[in-house]
Amino acid sequence: MATILEARALSKSFGAVTAANDINVRVEQDSVVGLIGSNGAGKTTFINMVTGYLKPSAGSILYQGRDITGLQPRQITQLGICRSFQIPQLFNTMSVYENIRVGVGIAERSSVNAAAPAASVAHSQIDQLIEDFGLSGYRAQAAGLLPEGVRKSLDIAMAVAARPRVLLLDEPTSGVSADEKFRLMDMVMSALAAQRVTVLFVEHDMEIVSRYTHRILAFYEGRIIADGEPQQVLQHPEVRRYVIGEQLHPSASREVSRAAD
Amino acid sequence: MTKANARTPFWDRTAFGLTGALIVLLLGGLFLPQWLSFFTNALYLSIVALGMALLMRTGLVSFGQGLYFCLGAYAAGTLDHFWKVSDLLVALIAGGLLAALVAAILGLLLAKYRDIFFAMLSLAFSMILYGLLVKTSELASTDGFGLSVRTFAGIALGGPRTRYAIFAVAAVLAFACAVFMHRYFNSHLGRLATAIRDNELRVEYMGESVRRVIHLNYVISAALAGIGGVLMASAIGHVDPETTANWTISGEFVFITILGGTGSVFAPFFGATIFEAVRTYAVAHFPNTWQMGLGIVMLLVMIFLPGGLWSAFRTRRAA
Repeated sequence: MATILEARALSKSFGAVTAANDINVRVEQDSVVGLIGSNGAGKTTFINMVTGYLKPSAGSILYQGRDITGLQPRQITQLGICRSFQIPQLFNTMSVYENIRVGVGIAERSSVNAAAPAASVAHSQIDQLIEDFGLSGYRAQAAGLLPEGVRKSLDIAMAVAARPRVLLLDEPTSGVSADEKFRLMDMVMSALAAQRVTVLFVEHDMEIVSRYTHRILAFYEGRIIADGEPQQVLQHPEVRRYVIGEQLHPSASREVSRAAD
Repeated sequence: MTKANARTPFWDRTAFGLTGALIVLLLGGLFLPQWLSFFTNALYLSIVALGMALLMRTGLVSFGQGLYFCLGAYAAGTLDHFWKVSDLLVALIAGGLLAALVAAILGLLLAKYRDIFFAMLSLAFSMILYGLLVKTSELASTDGFGLSVRTFAGIALGGPRTRYAIFAVAAVLAFACAVFMHRYFNSHLGRLATAIRDNELRVEYMGESVRRVIHLNYVISAALAGIGGVLMASAIGHVDPETTANWTISGEFVFITILGGTGSVFAPFFGATIFEAVRTYAVAHFPNTWQMGLGIVMLLVMIFLPGGLWSAFRTRRAA
């Protein structure tokens, strides 16, 4: 399968702290990749570098063979790499409908998506996104007043409104109740299924990761310590020790073994 | 279709309301000539406040809009005084364009700043112009100079008709600006203004340049201030730095916009009319303490209607 995104010797330091250290990775088109690791392992730093929020200290990022290192976030979005946020970034005084409308409006005007659809098509796109992400009951409600799970859904829907080819989700289920996590992920994945979107998502819940991904990248101290299919990575000794914390929490290890099976 | 996703028709209730207000104003002006000055003042202030409302919807407060008001006024003044061009339409085009051009240049820098830094930098630019005018004897420094409007698009104005003609032009222009701004507020770019105020980071991550939108809105607001300046100069027949570029004038524009609110294009008209009425009344009855009257009104509005006077109508409608 063709490589859509590639990181070459990617590093990022903040003074004496190295947040990302020589990351080399290729992501195939249409794959779903999980990024796991403990807090401070470098997952979000990786996403922030790919989406232009942080400029790498060294190395390069290629998207469809084009070097996008150091581009502005909006330029990267216009190329087709979009993201959601750990803390939902919404337009709080605007309704759910208006939030998505702004996103669809920007995508229409984007130079890459130059073939702007008619207004009626744009409205049907907004309606479709609202339906796909389970927001129908909230369409007129101000985003700032929504429950956290709905805010997460809206945050992801807004990223999808920008018509991504690569979508990076930063902890899409954090702050969402245990009952809602799978419903949210099912909804997101089914909404993306028809769109041929490559997905990378950061996640701490190993059941979520193993259920929804084709591949896992395990981060530890800014490095990728394991890369492969979920079953392999979750059984990797370093992953079990540094990511899952097997020695500290044997119960967590049993849970992972169950998930990997 | 729900209210949330209702599409804006080309000529909606707001546009009809504005049309009605224009007709009433034009007819009222014929029968109430003693009120022409009052309403002309309120109208040019409203046009400037419309631009201020756009900036505030984008999350920005300019304390230097007097810069563009002054440029418009001096464009009209210098055209008549130095080049003997006394056509109001030419002055309006020149004033609006000059203000927009200067804003397009200064906006390149201002669009990088937010909050108090944007406010203070805009104030600094207006005070630079004020200082330059005060020291420029060719433009009569602090005394300023007079001008007169003789034609509109080549049609002669003169005698008692002039005051009504300037009032009518101000009314039609205010109407046109309000309709344009209403369409703009309901356009994609207009919604982006609110989106930027709410969350700039998200706008960038959706693929739009925040700086570009702010720059555009700044230029539009400057052009409106320039048009307001031309109307003021034409109505009063005099321009000087104190009544155009001084910081107190910029402060009045902020005052009017906060007083009216930014929720509708009607709000700046409402704010400007109340401001002009309070000022006229207060100056007549408390000539030494008239600012206190304005201050009390502002205090009451900020306590009871923080969204501006216009929000009282919206609250009632929502209820």
